[in-house]
Amino acid sequence: MEKKATRVAYGEYLAKIGYTNEKLVVLDADLAGATMTQYFKKEHPDRFFDCGIAEANMVDIAAGMSTMGFTPFCSTFAVFAGRCFDQIRNSVCYPKLNVKFAFTHAGITLGEDGGSHQAIEDVALMRALPNMTVLAPCDANETARCVDAALAINGPVFIRLARLPSPVFEMDMPFTLGKVNVLRHGADALVLCYGVMVSECLAAAELLSARGIEITVVNVHTLKPFDEDGVRALAAATPKVFTVEEHSVIGGLGDAAASALVGMDGVRLTKLGVKDVFGQSGKPADLLKAYGLDAQSIADVIAR
Amino acid sequence: MDASIRSICTQVRRDIVNMTADAGCGHPGGSLSIVEALVALYFEKMRIDPQNPKWEDRDRFVLSKGHAAPALYAVLGERGFFDTAEFKHFRQLGAILQGHPDMKRCPGVDASTGSLGQGISIAVGMALGAKTLKKDIQVYAIIGDGESQEGLVWEACMAAAHYRLDNLTVILDNNGLQIDGSNDQVMSLGDVSAKFAAFGMDVVQVADGNDYDEILAALNQPHKPGMPKLIRMKTTKGKGVSFMENQVAWHGKAPNEEQRKQALADLDALN
Repeated sequence: MEKKATRVAYGEYLAKIGYTNEKLVVLDADLAGATMTQYFKKEHPDRFFDCGIAEANMVDIAAGMSTMGFTPFCSTFAVFAGRCFDQIRNSVCYPKLNVKFAFTHAGITLGEDGGSHQAIEDVALMRALPNMTVLAPCDANETARCVDAALAINGPVFIRLARLPSPVFEMDMPFTLGKVNVLRHGADALVLCYGVMVSECLAAAELLSARGIEITVVNVHTLKPFDEDGVRALAAATPKVFTVEEHSVIGGLGDAAASALVGMDGVRLTKLGVKDVFGQSGKPADLLKAYGLDAQSIADVIAR
Repeated sequence: MDASIRSICTQVRRDIVNMTADAGCGHPGGSLSIVEALVALYFEKMRIDPQNPKWEDRDRFVLSKGHAAPALYAVLGERGFFDTAEFKHFRQLGAILQGHPDMKRCPGVDASTGSLGQGISIAVGMALGAKTLKKDIQVYAIIGDGESQEGLVWEACMAAAHYRLDNLTVILDNNGLQIDGSNDQVMSLGDVSAKFAAFGMDVVQVADGNDYDEILAALNQPHKPGMPKLIRMKTTKGKGVSFMENQVAWHGKAPNEEQRKQALADLDALN
């Protein structure tokens, strides 16, 4: 299967739609070569603005540009969502300005740069903000759908993107904002996941199937607004529920699911993720294993 | 300054005193220090249309020191952006006049501010947007001197100079005081003019920012090509109300009824 990082798909798609969307402007904080906004920069230099290594200023400049009728996309590493949180909160979300944040290198699969750079709290931060929509595509194709969805919203949107090249799914992937997407059906367990964890969970499903265990795998590309009804309906049919994310177990998909499922008789939720610790350097595959988020570890927990 | 401008400035000061007194809270000191600058902008300088506050090609203003909202509200109200009867509801539940400026609620407010440092950066984005649109739109912002302790102020100036924003005018309300004391007691700004100049701003000095003609002249001074302008205006915090002038305590405290009477009497004497 072809592999491509969602950050690459983002950069390519942004450059492409820049030809038809004249209101699109792109801001970066000296990471265009890593967030892949460099493609837009190359093809639309008049609408690309490097803000230097000053993420807070980038967000407020974007806020100002949005009031002039532009649709700014800001990109930097997801770990810096904390650095410019106040600007995202007060200058963008509070007045509900039309600014998009496509932050890359999220999660522990960032790899070798280590714990200082591995965002494990970005979803928690962004979910907590009123007016914010939070998206996390699982592959290159869905990244383009998320950008389209973000453009269709007149307000702030956060898109969580990965550094790690991940499989580009050949299966049909319908995308409806705010609705979960069931990728595989099985009666023994319900697994909710997003981002690069989707391919790990599908691989886990194969491992489990070989052991006679069939699971439902659900791609939750929209983390906010959360599809509470959809998740409750799925859990009603399959009450053994797992959430899997390369994000802290605090404030991410696990907690969103817990909020949706609270009070449902017989439902048991297990949150898999980064267990309130920071990441560290290592190869992405080794990190996933070390943090119990590779296909084998996920399968083992579900089979238990 | 002609008599009508003088009377507008005095009325704005009355509004500030009454608004904060009615609300029982708010920030009169730093509101009173920027009255002349705001009146010069909204009554003479800026291309605006109070009947069409969202007019695309209007000049923009950002009150980066958002706690001085009573001054902005008073000027917007007196200029006709909304009914001055709204002043009575300042800081009350459901009011268009929130504790800090809210662009979604209040006609004429171009940016929601209050978290210090952010407004100037938003203004940079507006000026950059105007340049990108190739439109002759002027963008103005008022920042505080205490606010200039925020790193974001300097990030914003660096970017304004980098992008050669000669459609941006930043006004520094240099009243010398902030919540916990004087600037020098809390965190010295040092040679603040030299610092802004070093960050690429064309610094224009105004010895008395509460002198209407002087601040207007500074606003009328053309931009140097490719340079954002910073007007450093020395002002008096609490200007016009004898017992508030240069008093740290009046940063964020409302006058009681007796103090309101005294303040309004002081302002009557000015006219």
